[in-house]
Amino acid sequence: MNKSEELKKTPLFELHNRLGAKMAEFGGWAMPMQYSGIIEEHNSVRSGAGIFDVSHMGEIRVRGKDSFGFLQHMTTNDIGKLQPGKIIYSLMLYANGGAVDDFLVYMLGENDYLMVVNASNLDKDFSWIIEHTAGYDVKAEDISDEYGEVAVQGPKAEDTLRKLTDYDLSGIAYYEFRQDVEMAGMHVLISRTGYTGEDGFEVYMSPDRAEELWNAIVKAGGEYGIKPCGLGARDTLRFEARMPLYGHELDKDTTPLEAGLSFAVSLDKDFIGRDALLKEKQEGLKKKLIGFEMTDKGIPRQDYEVYKDGSKIGYVTTGTHSPTLGKNIGLAYVAPEFAKTGVELEIMIRGRLGRAVIVRTPFYKRAAK
Amino acid sequence: MTYPEGLFYSKDHEWVKLEGNRARIGITEYAQGALGDVVYAEVPSPGDEFAAGDNFGSVESVKSVSDLYIPVSGKVVEVNGELDGSPELINRDPYGKGWVAVVEMDDPGETSGLMSASDYEAFVGESD
Repeated sequence: MNKSEELKKTPLFELHNRLGAKMAEFGGWAMPMQYSGIIEEHNSVRSGAGIFDVSHMGEIRVRGKDSFGFLQHMTTNDIGKLQPGKIIYSLMLYANGGAVDDFLVYMLGENDYLMVVNASNLDKDFSWIIEHTAGYDVKAEDISDEYGEVAVQGPKAEDTLRKLTDYDLSGIAYYEFRQDVEMAGMHVLISRTGYTGEDGFEVYMSPDRAEELWNAIVKAGGEYGIKPCGLGARDTLRFEARMPLYGHELDKDTTPLEAGLSFAVSLDKDFIGRDALLKEKQEGLKKKLIGFEMTDKGIPRQDYEVYKDGSKIGYVTTGTHSPTLGKNIGLAYVAPEFAKTGVELEIMIRGRLGRAVIVRTPFYKRAAK
Repeated sequence: MTYPEGLFYSKDHEWVKLEGNRARIGITEYAQGALGDVVYAEVPSPGDEFAAGDNFGSVESVKSVSDLYIPVSGKVVEVNGELDGSPELINRDPYGKGWVAVVEMDDPGETSGLMSASDYEAFVGESD
């Protein structure tokens, strides 16, 4: 694959090739799309465990006396909810309310935060941050090269990792993390986070130990049927759980309110884009994200048009055949007056209209423990 | 990868099996591997007529849609109804149970424009 020479490679690139992964470009990186097959990988995460290379994600460290105030100003969610060891999901917006990116913020310590951002938006995010530091005693660094990262996801993720550490993983609650945890003979940062809708962890390690850790995890998870999973399954899993993907449910022309992410927006504080959101709330949203299920045959896909009674009312952001549900489902933006469960729609699938109905999301929710 | 002898192959990765005046058509092992898990196949209807090269259906994987181009001209006489409930037959048995359609050929001589198994093997080797 000559293209790989121009693309960035994660520390696990050689390993993916040895495993026979189908590689493709994503956000400037050569990434594994699938190993044994998307459906098999998807199912292994829902029933047992899967391991993903997510080393391509970007990490931006924000430190300094004014880092709290700076991040309050730059991001939509309330940084005041954080304590060391806690994580929140948040967004940065343009002044018109459209999204720059969505990401996680980890509080490493007093005046010390780590943003974990989409690989495809790292350069844009970092530039955006640097452009706005004037007047704040804050230092932002792109430290993405310092980390390799794997995600271990599924009901057996914790059982798998427990074999590799004496640390009590059960003590890490959802959206919490710990630093300097000893695992498989190395020190890692481990968070109970993920992008699959299952229980699981994301583990950050030194890039030169990434392969070693991957192999240890695969060995430990063998009895649970752990499988290497690529970006194909990563997408079908997050989509069933209604988690947005930038470039699909979010972009510079879409606000978090339209995307149904008001839980990550704190309108009580001032941040870039707040005025646009307040105006939007007052005047009404221009579009709303809904989930739908096909009732006719056919698979909805990104950018397919949505119709009702002969008029175009929106567009599909993500659509696929859902491995877990065995149905063809999609997410779409529609005019708000149609955004209600039970409303019948039509999707233009390659020249033919297929009937669909709006359903509640997430499409899939894991069983409570 | 070797390809079954006795079949003809198109540049669009379809195979043709001559059955008298009829041609049974499907996609090759190479195509199903490149596609990944097939989750849906759109097949033509009996009675549909096509000229060689026409788009006569599609095969969808989780991530993508691939159009199918008919290797020979003719009228559809049979379609594989099993693909509706079991599209994965295309992955599991691309030359057997994963067949897509049978056409009554306008011109049985048209297969001379298609590749043999060894030509197709060379063709696929070049595309990699």
